[in-house]
Amino acid sequence: MPATIIETNTAPFKKRDLDPVTLDIIENALRNARIEMDATVFRTAMSPGIREQGDCFPLIADHKGRMIVGQFGSFITGFLNVYQGSIEDGDMIWLSDPYSCEGAISHNNDWLVLLPVFRKGRLVAWTSHFGHQTDIGGKVPGSIPTDAASIFEEGVRIPPVKIVKQGVFQKDLVDVIMHQSRMPEWCRSDLNALIASCRVAARRVNEICERFGDDVFVSTTDALLERNYRAMAHLISTSIGEAPVSFEDYLCDDGRGNGPFKIKCTMWREGGRVVLDFAGTDPQSQSSINFYLNENMFRMFFGIYMIMVFDPQILFNDGFYPLVDVRIPEGSLLKPKFPAALSQRTHALGRIFNILGGLLGQKTPEFLNAAGFSSSPHLMYSGFDRAGKWFQLFQIGFGGIPGRPLGDGPDGHSLWPNFTNVPNEFLERYFPLRIERFEALANSGGAGKHRGGNGIHMTYRFLEPGIIAIHDDRWFIPPWGVNGGVPGARARKILEKPDGTKKILPNKADNIEVENGDQLHFITWGGGGWGDPLERDPATVALEVRRGLVTRDGAKDYGVVLTKTGAIDEAATKALRDKIHAARPAGPLPVFNYGPGLAHLREHGLAETGLPAPRAPR
Amino acid sequence: MTYRLGVDVGGTFTDLLIIDEATGRTFRDKVPSTPQDPSIAVIEGARKICSDNGIKPEQIGLFLHGTTVATNAVLEGKIARVGLLVTEGYRHTLQIARSFVPGGLAGWIIWPKPEPLAPLECTIEAPERMAADGTTVRALDEAVLRERLQALKDSESIEALTICLINAYVNDAHEIRAADIAREIFPDIPITISSAILPEMQEYERTLTTVANSAVRPTVARYVNNLAGELGKWGMTGNLSLLRSDGGLQSAKKSQEAPVNLLMSGPAGGVAGAVWVANTAGFPNILTLDMGGTSTDVALIENGAARLRRDTSVGHLTVRASSLDVKTVGAGGGSMAYVPELTKALRVGPQSAGAMPGPACYGRGGATATVTDANVVLGYLPENLLGGSFKLDREEAKRAVQKIADALGISLMDAAAGIINIVNENMFGALRLVSVQQGYDPRDFALMPFGGAGPLHGNALARLMGSWPVVVPPSPGVLCAYGDATTRIRVEHQRSFNRSITKTSDAEVSRLLNEMSDKVSGDLEQESVPRSEQTLSLEIDVRYIGQAFEVPLTAQFADFQNGTGLEKLRAAFNTEHERLFTFNLDVEHELVNIRVIALGKPAHVKPEPIAKGDGNPKAARLRDHQMWINGRSHDAAIYQRSLLRAGDIIPGPAIVCEMDSTTVILDGNVARVDAFGNILLSEQ
Repeated sequence: MPATIIETNTAPFKKRDLDPVTLDIIENALRNARIEMDATVFRTAMSPGIREQGDCFPLIADHKGRMIVGQFGSFITGFLNVYQGSIEDGDMIWLSDPYSCEGAISHNNDWLVLLPVFRKGRLVAWTSHFGHQTDIGGKVPGSIPTDAASIFEEGVRIPPVKIVKQGVFQKDLVDVIMHQSRMPEWCRSDLNALIASCRVAARRVNEICERFGDDVFVSTTDALLERNYRAMAHLISTSIGEAPVSFEDYLCDDGRGNGPFKIKCTMWREGGRVVLDFAGTDPQSQSSINFYLNENMFRMFFGIYMIMVFDPQILFNDGFYPLVDVRIPEGSLLKPKFPAALSQRTHALGRIFNILGGLLGQKTPEFLNAAGFSSSPHLMYSGFDRAGKWFQLFQIGFGGIPGRPLGDGPDGHSLWPNFTNVPNEFLERYFPLRIERFEALANSGGAGKHRGGNGIHMTYRFLEPGIIAIHDDRWFIPPWGVNGGVPGARARKILEKPDGTKKILPNKADNIEVENGDQLHFITWGGGGWGDPLERDPATVALEVRRGLVTRDGAKDYGVVLTKTGAIDEAATKALRDKIHAARPAGPLPVFNYGPGLAHLREHGLAETGLPAPRAPR
Repeated sequence: MTYRLGVDVGGTFTDLLIIDEATGRTFRDKVPSTPQDPSIAVIEGARKICSDNGIKPEQIGLFLHGTTVATNAVLEGKIARVGLLVTEGYRHTLQIARSFVPGGLAGWIIWPKPEPLAPLECTIEAPERMAADGTTVRALDEAVLRERLQALKDSESIEALTICLINAYVNDAHEIRAADIAREIFPDIPITISSAILPEMQEYERTLTTVANSAVRPTVARYVNNLAGELGKWGMTGNLSLLRSDGGLQSAKKSQEAPVNLLMSGPAGGVAGAVWVANTAGFPNILTLDMGGTSTDVALIENGAARLRRDTSVGHLTVRASSLDVKTVGAGGGSMAYVPELTKALRVGPQSAGAMPGPACYGRGGATATVTDANVVLGYLPENLLGGSFKLDREEAKRAVQKIADALGISLMDAAAGIINIVNENMFGALRLVSVQQGYDPRDFALMPFGGAGPLHGNALARLMGSWPVVVPPSPGVLCAYGDATTRIRVEHQRSFNRSITKTSDAEVSRLLNEMSDKVSGDLEQESVPRSEQTLSLEIDVRYIGQAFEVPLTAQFADFQNGTGLEKLRAAFNTEHERLFTFNLDVEHELVNIRVIALGKPAHVKPEPIAKGDGNPKAARLRDHQMWINGRSHDAAIYQRSLLRAGDIIPGPAIVCEMDSTTVILDGNVARVDAFGNILLSEQ
């Protein structure tokens, strides 16, 4: 039985005629409310993951649970299908178990707070916020074990429960959950921040209703959804064909030596509707890289990509959902069966965006971006300092943004919305470490007319013994280039001991012991290049050499030769470009450049990466 | 007899105000601005206002100046080529920035990344390292540094040099030494170290702020030097001071060294002027609305003081320098209305018709409907502006707005009203950011609209905000010069403290305060303010340990001397945190930064009373008029502001015209003229 919503006033909302101005005013007011939600969380949360890096996602939905403003689309209808209890005025829901909300959140670390907004006995809206908790207990600090065999190893799971019941805060419940965490103070503060943010948004919804009337508010949210439906219907009918197109990409490994894992999506249009079918995606992993992909979330990703690629002026909300049919095979990497482990879902989440980009752009290469949105690299470092105090760092890294139709991909920037890096002086002040290097790694961005963004070479020097964990991908299969652009460089992790000896570390690993003075070189992937590198202006290449973003040797990938002083050697450049042209097969360059291919990567994996190639998954 | 002369340079006019320091009497004037070299209008205007009023240049004791020279240098990219010296391993600090990409999910696809403010090819690394506790990890290798600086000099041409080393906010020894060495190699260019500009944690923000300082330094220095030279030639012997972004004043010399403090000098003048009017009119709590042609600045004034923020934003650039908390939205008289094909929504701005061709009603070939056109169509802006010298073309305005009406399928008047409602909503959003979002109830505030277009929209916004009365100051178009002339010289000194409340003591804080007070007082003495005329105040930024943002709190020196300072600070923080965020935590408090501020003496300026009337404004009534409000036409009247008397009462709907602005009074509202000529609109 689905959730029961108890409304003391059962009168239906009256449909009101709306003028376009009211519509825009309410839309803007809701957007402002969303900005306020972010501001509240950033100012009061404590874990660097949320307060410095912005790993949290606000949402305001209509009374039926459809997102009006937010980022990842609404899961509320899914939650209501699964939740077994009643919901009434004064309640607030808290949850973290992906299996209890059809994957609305996708690992236990994300805590979600959901607040129904009642007015005069009727539900008028929902506000919600979820954010990544640094630690929720479980077998490893950070609660994202790379080798978990089931979700029971991944920290505390919170089923949908009422954290506030008819206005009464359930302190005992919260105390029990906090007791599971290695960092209870951060969790408590972050949870407070999420709650405060939902309340701020609810207050704004109330003010809008007060000003315009509840009926007008509800009619407006309907109209905003309808407006988006119309705009997307137009976009879908004009830019998606009826003939199926497919695209596939890979996760490198699962943290237990298996890989790569294929994700495949096929898209076609049937009348006014688009079908997105993940048939052909590999079965679920025995480890924790599974990504329980919520269909609505994927609809939203699809919608946002359509909008960004084809017409950035359209606002996005859930209105277009009926136009998109998402099919995900049961038991696959994207819809694993309970109790499959899920904590490392970030890699597949990132890869989904490469797939969308490739899928939507392949018929219109002028709109196509290269690959690079490939993961969300994490570093965990924890232990007891010399005063006996526990410290625990969870940090998100960034790689190179892909080469784009617009231009070069920025170096070391975030592909996730609103994320930022942590100031290194902050890290050094509050954690026992020193950041010896924080720079864009030259040549790691794929060559192209528009260069892929360089990855970051960040060197941590640990000043206390402890353990680290690493989560990254794109170390085995490089991020692809497009329209003649070259793939970006792969990720690498190197541990350098004080005596200078170096050891290559896996890109997914837990419980690596480090000593005082050890250095970790945490190197992320570059973005793929866009367009033929031989068409890049040699002056730009020469300038980037002076800027330390491309090396003299790397300039040759663009067919550019520099003199000793760094000037362009015109004759040698022409000769080299002619030579590269001559060596190419006849005809245009392929739209996608995936690099040397799986067979080559397997054969040369150890030599090129320092790590054995993963075993093909069963 | 000595005078203060305030000069504010705007896009169209340069406004001047002289105040007799003994009596508070004022003289006002305005001359056309000279954008190619703003100092020309400044000097010409100063000569004119003085000679017109029989004042000799040597009688000007203080020359106070708000300028957008630094702002425009950034916006127009007319900045110096800055060399940058960073710690080894950090060459790409400005390139990677905070890794932030605006625009939401997939926003990266369409984001044009700005270039670093200091070119990477001019960025080199210093062989050295300080630890976070201020100890030296690796001594500065001076020989290698010299080689690298020399190589930079040989290969690149730079106009300024910035030095920003990791953890220099704790220990500046390496920065100071590196600057000494750099001065030998680059004897002719300005060199700035980060610990002098912003001794605060966060390497990217500190680097950017220091580089921004270097980038505008040559332009500002040239301007200030030139101005000081011209004023000297004219015979002025008084001090030249510039208005800072935080509303304080700083000397010409300091302005040349730290021009990053001047980036928001322009908007600060308006807010400072509003503060003065607010205090003299008896409204200590005010929301300001400074609406011009392309944008609107809003700010919140509480207890007679504007709120401060710890950063300053100009275009893409956000630096860590204090500024008045002014929010800007791209909504002004010239904002253009349009209806996108796909969504059929009505949008207004942020694109502006600018001065050329301008709104359609200017008759200079503009065909796109703007906010000004909608105001003309609705009858809010009479066709004769600026005393008859400038006529608005109502038919052109109608033609332009009709296009919007057709696209939306609604009537002309509904379209015009829609444009006004949307632009009001945009400004409403900005006003909410400075009020509701900061935990303030706008109903506790009066609203002060100024700038050319503010008084047209003030009444409607007060209705949205519930902020009454609306206070329209005299000459709302030239309020900035009042700000320049009435603010005080300001010096502040800040230290990163970063200690939990249990790991320090009142005595320790008190010792530090004495040291800091001595420094700011000395600095202010350098600015020619004797200690006897100084006022010192104290601010401490506090947070729960682990939070990223601090809450700035004012505190009293004496409390720390008598041992109650920390306890009072803790209580004040809890109150403020609860007000802002609805909750408190059982977590220790951390004192993050300590700031001591020294102010010079305030100007002796009184507002001038106007003649008293009998309450009936008929002497000022120009003619009958029609205004479109709430879906129908209303009989209204037009009044001339200069003929209004104190005590006059004007019922809405009505319009009050003056040379530089037009005030709209809606039906159901009423205007009263106070003793100083302010128009106070209230609900009826």
